[in-house]
Amino acid sequence: MQEKSLAEINERIRDGSVRVVTAEQMPDIVDELGPAGAVREVDVVTTGTFGAMCSSGVFLNLGHSDPPIKIARAFLNKVEAYGGVAAVDLFLGATQPSIDRGIEYGGAHVIEDLVAGKQIDVEAEGASTDCYPQTELETSLRLEDFNQAMMVNPRNAYQRYNAATNTSDRTLHTYMGTLLPRLGNIHYSGAGVLSPLSNDPNFDYVGMGTRIFLAGAQGFVIGSGTQHNPQNNFSTLMVTGDLKKMSNRYLRAATFHKYGPSLYLGIGIPIPVLNEKIARNTAVRDRDITVPVVDYGIPRRDRPSLKMVSYEDLKSGMIDLNGKEVTTSSLSSFHMAREIALELKVQVEQGEFLLSQAVEPLSRVGSSRPMKQTKESPNVGDVMSRDIVSVREDIQVDEAAKLIVSGSFDHLPVVSKDGRLMGIITAWDISKAVAGGKPTKIANIMTRRVYSALVDEPIELAARTLDTHSISALPVVDKDNKVIGMITSNHLSRLLARRR
Amino acid sequence: MKLMLHVFPGIVRYPLIASVILETSALVNIERASIDAVSGEIVLEVPAEKCNEVKEAFERRGVRVVPLEIPVVRDENECVHCGACVSICPTGTFRFEDWLVVADSGKCIQCGACVMGCPQRALKLVLK
Repeated sequence: MQEKSLAEINERIRDGSVRVVTAEQMPDIVDELGPAGAVREVDVVTTGTFGAMCSSGVFLNLGHSDPPIKIARAFLNKVEAYGGVAAVDLFLGATQPSIDRGIEYGGAHVIEDLVAGKQIDVEAEGASTDCYPQTELETSLRLEDFNQAMMVNPRNAYQRYNAATNTSDRTLHTYMGTLLPRLGNIHYSGAGVLSPLSNDPNFDYVGMGTRIFLAGAQGFVIGSGTQHNPQNNFSTLMVTGDLKKMSNRYLRAATFHKYGPSLYLGIGIPIPVLNEKIARNTAVRDRDITVPVVDYGIPRRDRPSLKMVSYEDLKSGMIDLNGKEVTTSSLSSFHMAREIALELKVQVEQGEFLLSQAVEPLSRVGSSRPMKQTKESPNVGDVMSRDIVSVREDIQVDEAAKLIVSGSFDHLPVVSKDGRLMGIITAWDISKAVAGGKPTKIANIMTRRVYSALVDEPIELAARTLDTHSISALPVVDKDNKVIGMITSNHLSRLLARRR
Repeated sequence: MKLMLHVFPGIVRYPLIASVILETSALVNIERASIDAVSGEIVLEVPAEKCNEVKEAFERRGVRVVPLEIPVVRDENECVHCGACVSICPTGTFRFEDWLVVADSGKCIQCGACVMGCPQRALKLVLK
């Protein structure tokens, strides 16, 4: 078995004789030379990824004011930063929206502006104490004015990520971008063949203390990231690096429409080809890395998966889903991922980037369990009215009018012979028909595209449907689409009133 | 070539497009139409050789006509070539070429889906 040591490889980096390829080039090399040959010929394989990494942020130290202040709340360009650490330490999270510009300018944009050398307005409120008498403060700072600006990101560089689509009949605006209705498109994220963790899935090299390329600076892996789940090939990294050394080329603020701000970050890891096992792992191709295509049309934690596909399929631009050709496109940038892997190759070759021995391997077991929810939220079935009147579509409008007047709802669900939901009719529809003057059947005036709630879904989902479509009542159906109740905005307001 | 028609309320009820087609025999394609209480906006695809004829026919009917030469522009400093605009465009204006996003502006009908869908806010419609 061919082997070499990390010290040997670092020696070659120092003397300029190191042989570096990118993870895109490695599969063909291993195919041609075999793993043993690849270990002989290649010293380092560089990886790269560039995409939205929401779980990112920066610890900032402002230095002490005179008189000193213990900051309780702070705003940087009107974006709140967490002050619940020592007096003038703050944590600015990437996805925090601003209080004046909302999601169009958030924590990520402040970080981007700092790196671009721009001046940031700081407003702070203090908790007055004997040692920190100041209660309010305003100042303007540039990146160089902070004592420290350390990026600390709880979860970055996902090994791979679920692709997203939408079977519902409305456009969804998500952190996976705009998802068009009725399987209109598929969005995916991740660099596939270049993904750092897909090239070292068993952590033969990457561990605590591994030196990485982080947005142009040399950063380090702190350990496994939040939701790290290596058993299912969804490993993540917690990373850190000095913001003062980062470059805007690899650090870009973004806003997902109707979702919020996020930070696009470039991360790369050079992996030493120490042995044949590592050579084989770095020979991974797009076709070897598969992910489920998940339906974001279902607004629940356990969204159904429609199909398993590979990054090769996703990058082809088209995937067959349920007999339909669906176009795919990415949210992460493969162009930038490639640039990072190439930049890292140059830095290693020029002796500027040394590899580091991990202090501790990453955990091989992770946890990404669902939340334990101790306070049960009611389901639609718990608050709806079961005592409802529904009608068939062949009755006359004046009959429907009588039913509305004598009943307690101004909505009547229209059902088929076997009780399935066909449409809805409101007091307004009836008034309009009556004003029109001609007697008619409700089949001619009912709304056939009707929104409904499922009896066993949480009321939050029904509330969002009412809000999204500016309506006041929803028929409640069971799994066979049979009408079994009604839920109205009154039910929801009563529930809130009782909680207070 | 794409033409943007601005139709004013007084003539919205008149079968403008049908009458222009009958007059010019141009094979036009209606790519987008939005008409509300105060105005109408219609984007037509018109064969290049008939473009002037169709434009003049609409103008005689009181319609303001603007050829959409560069309908959408991109800020090259902001674009990271992610591809968020590629699959949401109804006319396939954007595509990857060796992982760079390239635009075929001639296909754009100014629906604006890409402007909202671009996380880097790099795209803008050229409004005329």
